[in-house]
Amino acid sequence: MNRGVSAWVLYGSLFFGLLVMVLPLPAGIDVARPYLLALLLVYWLLECPHRVGLGTAFLAGLVADLASGTLLGEQAMRLVILAFLVQRFRARLRFFPLWQQAAAVGALLLNDRLVALVIHAVAGIGLPHWGTWVSPLLGFALWPWLFLLLDELRLRQRERTG
Amino acid sequence: MAYTGNPAPRLSDSAAGTLPLLAYLAIALVLMVADSRGDFGAKARAQLSLAAEPVWWLASAPSRIGRTVRENIASRSSLQDENLRLRRELEVNTARLHRLLAVAEENQRLRELLGGTRGYRLQARLVGILDVDLDPSRQRILLDAGRDSGVEVGQAMIDAGGVLGQVIEVGPRSATALLLTDPDHAVPVQVARSGLRLIAFGTGRADRLLLPNIPQSADIRPGDRLVTSGIGGRFPAGFPVAVVDEVRPDESGLFMLAEARPTARLDRGVEVLLVANTLEGVDDGPPLPPPPADETADETADEAADEAAAGNTLPPEARR
Repeated sequence: MNRGVSAWVLYGSLFFGLLVMVLPLPAGIDVARPYLLALLLVYWLLECPHRVGLGTAFLAGLVADLASGTLLGEQAMRLVILAFLVQRFRARLRFFPLWQQAAAVGALLLNDRLVALVIHAVAGIGLPHWGTWVSPLLGFALWPWLFLLLDELRLRQRERTG
Repeated sequence: MAYTGNPAPRLSDSAAGTLPLLAYLAIALVLMVADSRGDFGAKARAQLSLAAEPVWWLASAPSRIGRTVRENIASRSSLQDENLRLRRELEVNTARLHRLLAVAEENQRLRELLGGTRGYRLQARLVGILDVDLDPSRQRILLDAGRDSGVEVGQAMIDAGGVLGQVIEVGPRSATALLLTDPDHAVPVQVARSGLRLIAFGTGRADRLLLPNIPQSADIRPGDRLVTSGIGGRFPAGFPVAVVDEVRPDESGLFMLAEARPTARLDRGVEVLLVANTLEGVDDGPPLPPPPADETADETADEAADEAAAGNTLPPEARR
C-alpha cells in the first residue's frame, strides 16, 4: 500500500522551508518573512501523521536554530508546541474548508509569535520589531496556495508510483 | 483510510500524548538555558554550524549569481567611467597613504622615545559577508571565512566608515560576528575632541548606540566624534565608531546619557576588514630573569592578560 509520499518530497520541502528562512530579503521586509517551515510542518502533520510527529518538529526546529542563529532550542520549542496543537486538533482541521483551515493556521502562527515573544522576554534578547506581527498574516494568505500546491505534488507522485 | 478512528481523547490518551510534549519542551528549555548562560551552547553551536553551512551557501547563491550577471552585463562605457574614477581615487589615496606612512613612522619613533608599552601591531584581512539574513532580533552577520583562513574569535571588524563589531564564533569555513549595535555588545571609546573615555553600548537598533553614566561635568556635546580608545586591547585605537546625536540627563538626574549614530555602514556592505591586535614582542623578549625578579615579571604578564580579558563584551549581568 502506497499511502506515503517519498522522503524526497517531504524532507526536500522542509529543507526548502529552511532555505527561505535565511534567504536574503531587503531590510524592512525581512522581519515580516512568513514562517514557511512551520506551514510545511503543519501540512505534513495533517497529511502524513505516521511519519511526521513531535520528533520531526523538534529536529527541524533545532536545525533551524543552527541555520538562523537563534537561541539554540528556541525554534525547536516553538515548533514542538505548534506540532502538538496540530496533532490535537488534527481531526477537525482536516475537514475544515480551505479558508477556515487557513484562519486556523493563521491563529496557530499568531500563537507561535506569542510563544516567541515570551521566550525572548525571558531570555532578555529584547522585543522583536513590530513587523514580525505581519508574518502570521502572510502565513494565513499563503496557506491555501501552499496546501493546493503540495496536494498536487503529492497526488501526482502517487499516480506515478502507484 | 486508517486514521479516521480518532475518538474523543480519553484521559490515558491525553496523558500519553502530553508526555512526549513535556519531554521535548524540557530538552528545548535545557538547550536554551545552556546556550544563553553557559559555555556549552557556544561550543555545540561551533561544532554543529558545519551542518548549517550548506544551507547558508545555497541561500546566498541567488544573490551571488545576481551579482555575477550584473557584473557581466555592465556596459563598456560604465566600466570605463568606473575605471577612470577608481584610478583618480587611487591616486588621491596613495598620496594620502604616503602621508600616513610618514605619520606612522613618526608615531612609532615617538612611541619608542616614550618607551611605549602599547606596542600593538595591526594585521588586517579583507573578508566577504555571506549574504544571509540571520535572526533580525540579534544583530549579527555571517562572514565568508573561518578558522581555515586564520579568522579568530575576538578579531575586530571594520569598514571604510569605522568599527563594525567583532568576531564571536568561528567555524571551519565561516564565522559569526557581533555588530556594534547588538544589545550584548559594548566598546570602549574616546571623544576625539576632548579625550573623554566612555563605553558605548549597543541598543538592538542599527542606527543607535547608547553611552550611559557620563558625569555631569564631562566635556561631550552633539556632533562629537567617538573613536576607539584601544583600552582592553581588543579594538585597535583610533578608529571612528560613532557621532554623538544627543546628550541628555538620565532618569536619576545624576548622570548624563548620550545617544550616538554609528559611522560604519552596518546594514548593508559586501566586504569587511578583520583586524587583529597582536602584541609585539611577546615571544621574543629578553631571556627569563633570575628567580628573585620572577614575581615582578609575573605581575606585568598578569596585567597584560587582565587588560586583554577585560575585553569588550561585558557579561549581560554587568550591564544591568
